[in-house]
Amino acid sequence: MKTSRITALMLRQFYLIRGSVTRVIPLFIWQAIDIVIWGFMTKFLNEFTHTNMNFVPMVLGTVLVWEFMVRVMHGTSMAFMEDSWSRNFLNLFASPMRVSEYLSGLVLTGITTSMFGLVVMLILAMGVFGLSMLIYGVMIIPFILVIVLFSISLGIFGCAIMLRYGPSSEWFVWPIPAVIAPFVGVFYPLSTLPSWMQAVAHIFPPSYVFENMRSIIAGNGISIQSLIIAAALALIYIMLACWCFVKIYNHALKTGLIARYSAESVS
Amino acid sequence: MSDILSLNNVQKIYGSNTAVESISFSVKKGEIVGLLGPNGAGKTTTINMVLGVLKPTSGVIYINGIDIAKQRSAALEQTNFAAVYAPLPGNLTVTQNLKVFGKIYCVKNLKIRIEELLAEYDLVKFRDTRCGVLSSGEQTRVSLAKAALNNPKLLLLDEPTASLDPSTAKDIREKIRGFAAHGESGVLWTSHNMYEVQEVCDRVLFMSKGKILLEGNPKTLPAEHGKTTLEELFITVAREPLKLEEK
Repeated sequence: MKTSRITALMLRQFYLIRGSVTRVIPLFIWQAIDIVIWGFMTKFLNEFTHTNMNFVPMVLGTVLVWEFMVRVMHGTSMAFMEDSWSRNFLNLFASPMRVSEYLSGLVLTGITTSMFGLVVMLILAMGVFGLSMLIYGVMIIPFILVIVLFSISLGIFGCAIMLRYGPSSEWFVWPIPAVIAPFVGVFYPLSTLPSWMQAVAHIFPPSYVFENMRSIIAGNGISIQSLIIAAALALIYIMLACWCFVKIYNHALKTGLIARYSAESVS
Repeated sequence: MSDILSLNNVQKIYGSNTAVESISFSVKKGEIVGLLGPNGAGKTTTINMVLGVLKPTSGVIYINGIDIAKQRSAALEQTNFAAVYAPLPGNLTVTQNLKVFGKIYCVKNLKIRIEELLAEYDLVKFRDTRCGVLSSGEQTRVSLAKAALNNPKLLLLDEPTASLDPSTAKDIREKIRGFAAHGESGVLWTSHNMYEVQEVCDRVLFMSKGKILLEGNPKTLPAEHGKTTLEELFITVAREPLKLEEK
């Protein structure tokens, strides 16, 4: 892998963001709006329930981690969409760039651009609603890494879908996190769900992350076993997503889809 | 002269449709080869296979001795291309596009190389202009500058002068002749402008219905087939390919 090719994709995204306000604002606006909505919701729950339970770390903390995950996934897919919108696939795929370099460039672009959103969310959540991420302790870090790995796998999977079905399929990609959200317990414990949904929840790494975040707040600490399961699942998802992308890329080479991408299908 | 590009029995079949039927040809160092033929003859399919964006059904393609199917990245490091249907992203400036593609092709001393190309292709005044607002001729010059970034051993040009005025087209032809004249690189060129082909190409290949029907020097080939001009020969290939096949 050559870092020059990976940084080329990141540089491209930097140029685009620097020159376009329509690309800067979406880096943080939707995450900021969600933090504001859920911030007031948690304040309301704290006042309304009259219990000792503090909903700010219980709900706002998980919302923040979830929004970061969504942003990394969308950031990765967006970097791919830029090539689709500017009809750049032929220039890129006829170059010496390897698939691994291309995917690494997309992923690093997604993570880097997501940092803007994370900073804005942290400022709002800590400054306005009094959330302290320190309450979760250092063991939150491996769980955050699991979330990042899972979001990368979703991002790569989204790119694979768009490569296979063409530009219009981006509408399948945007809502992927929304489809997963009800199962993984961002806003509520998994025990709230019916048993079939709980079974589905256990195949998604974020379920383990949010359960453990709530467990820390409840004073029960974390489960190392669930961290290992979540990390293993996240790695499996990344491998599956990369396999899926490479498979579709090879299909595109066979059918000529890359050269005729705007046709959306050639077979 | 050694081969920069070599296609051995390359075939592309889509379902029951044969787009390219077992063709073999080569491009040597210092040579400009014209790939000619009517629309749908298989020229772009052939170029796409050489560019590595389309996998042949059978056959082998070597670029500077490297098998593209086995060492795709190493083979494509030796090439670059410009095509009317592959403009550079319109939302980046000329310099930004050259920087991004320069990094993709791992060009050394990129800053200096970009300055050289901006001057060579008369793009200095457009350096900070987004490619999307340039005229089609100016965009073609940016694509050609990008194609020259890595001093490729094999340059693929698909109708590179299609949207250029006669004066600029002449300049570009001279640049490409000069590029090949250094003797280290070969050029595969498609064009529908037979005057240009006759002026620039050392050798031409006429394709029709996925096959190479004729091959030879563009200056002598028409007379060899009883035609007065290359254009007349082209029209025969397009309308009556069977007559030429029988010969």
